[in-house]
Amino acid sequence: MSIKSLDPRITREHIPEQPDTNPLKEIHQWQTYEVFHQAKKGDHHIHVGSLHAPNPEMAFLLAKEQFARRYKCVNLWVVKTADIFSTDYADEDMFETNSEKIYREAGGYKVMDKINKYKSEHKEN
Amino acid sequence: MKEFSEIQLKALKDLILRMADDQLILGHRNSEWTALGPILEEDIAFSSMAQDKLGHSLALYQVLNKLGEAEPDTLAFTREEKDFKCCHLVEYPIGDYAFSLMRHFLFDNSEAIRFEMLADSLCEDLANVAKKFRGELKYHTMHADTWIIQLGSGTEESKARMQSALNDCLPLALSIFEPGENEDALNTGNIFPGEKILQDEWLKRIKIILDKAKLVMPDIYTSDPSYGGRKGYHTEYLKPLLDEMTEVYSIDPEAEW
Repeated sequence: MSIKSLDPRITREHIPEQPDTNPLKEIHQWQTYEVFHQAKKGDHHIHVGSLHAPNPEMAFLLAKEQFARRYKCVNLWVVKTADIFSTDYADEDMFETNSEKIYREAGGYKVMDKINKYKSEHKEN
Repeated sequence: MKEFSEIQLKALKDLILRMADDQLILGHRNSEWTALGPILEEDIAFSSMAQDKLGHSLALYQVLNKLGEAEPDTLAFTREEKDFKCCHLVEYPIGDYAFSLMRHFLFDNSEAIRFEMLADSLCEDLANVAKKFRGELKYHTMHADTWIIQLGSGTEESKARMQSALNDCLPLALSIFEPGENEDALNTGNIFPGEKILQDEWLKRIKIILDKAKLVMPDIYTSDPSYGGRKGYHTEYLKPLLDEMTEVYSIDPEAEW
């Protein structure tokens, strides 16, 4: 039995109701690529997702419609997922104490007191 | 707007109608791949370009409307088959993906060159449409060319399927360049140089890509081009397409969708 749809285009394709769910064997030539989108010249490229493609040129073709068709875009990067060096979630503890180190942030320095003191002293001028 | 002679205006309208009908019908055809594309990413890309085509047809029907013809929706949804001026290439069913991709390659390259030529047209409204869609067409032809080269130089199966699609499609594609009425008036009026010049340029351009794809260009002079569409004589495939496309409009012309 093939799929009967309200959409005549689907019905006339005679698509079997039980699809063939065997995974493709020769998928080796397709890899995933990560896509980075730049909304304005000078902005950072921002990661927007990934897709399948056999090479960078094809990855760009598919990324353009996938990730840059609705919003303003001036530039796209595509990078083979395998080429991205990534940390392991098992090593997440490396980052753990970061939130305690406020002395590393500008706001962590006790300068506001001095600034406010200076401001109040010079108010009359 | 520049004043055109009566014969120029008639030829100009005929040209724009041919272009708009090609875009509408091919846009509709290509949209039939939505949800059935070979891979998810390509499905989205091809569907999106099909929508672009409908956008091009709308812009062209709007120019016709300014020149005194009916509203775009009226032109698109109420004309009879014989009043359509699309070429035979765009009417054929989607076939397999090799056929649809080859048609997309052959048609969009012709469209890109046509719009380049029209960017300098003395018909300002048409020139503006041509310039407006330059970027979209750049992507469309890049998409088509890249796929053709990719599959033409792929596996034995992909090469054979692309060559066979090319052999089927090329004679049909010549129907794009069926001369319109009073083309000389357009040429001498600096409105459009003519289908013959367009076809020659197109042959040069597709040859470059086909060579890269290692596909063999069939001899275009061995078969008669599939002419007739520009005069309202269509293949058996157009009528069912129109019936399907106008189904909602025919039930309720006021429906919002």
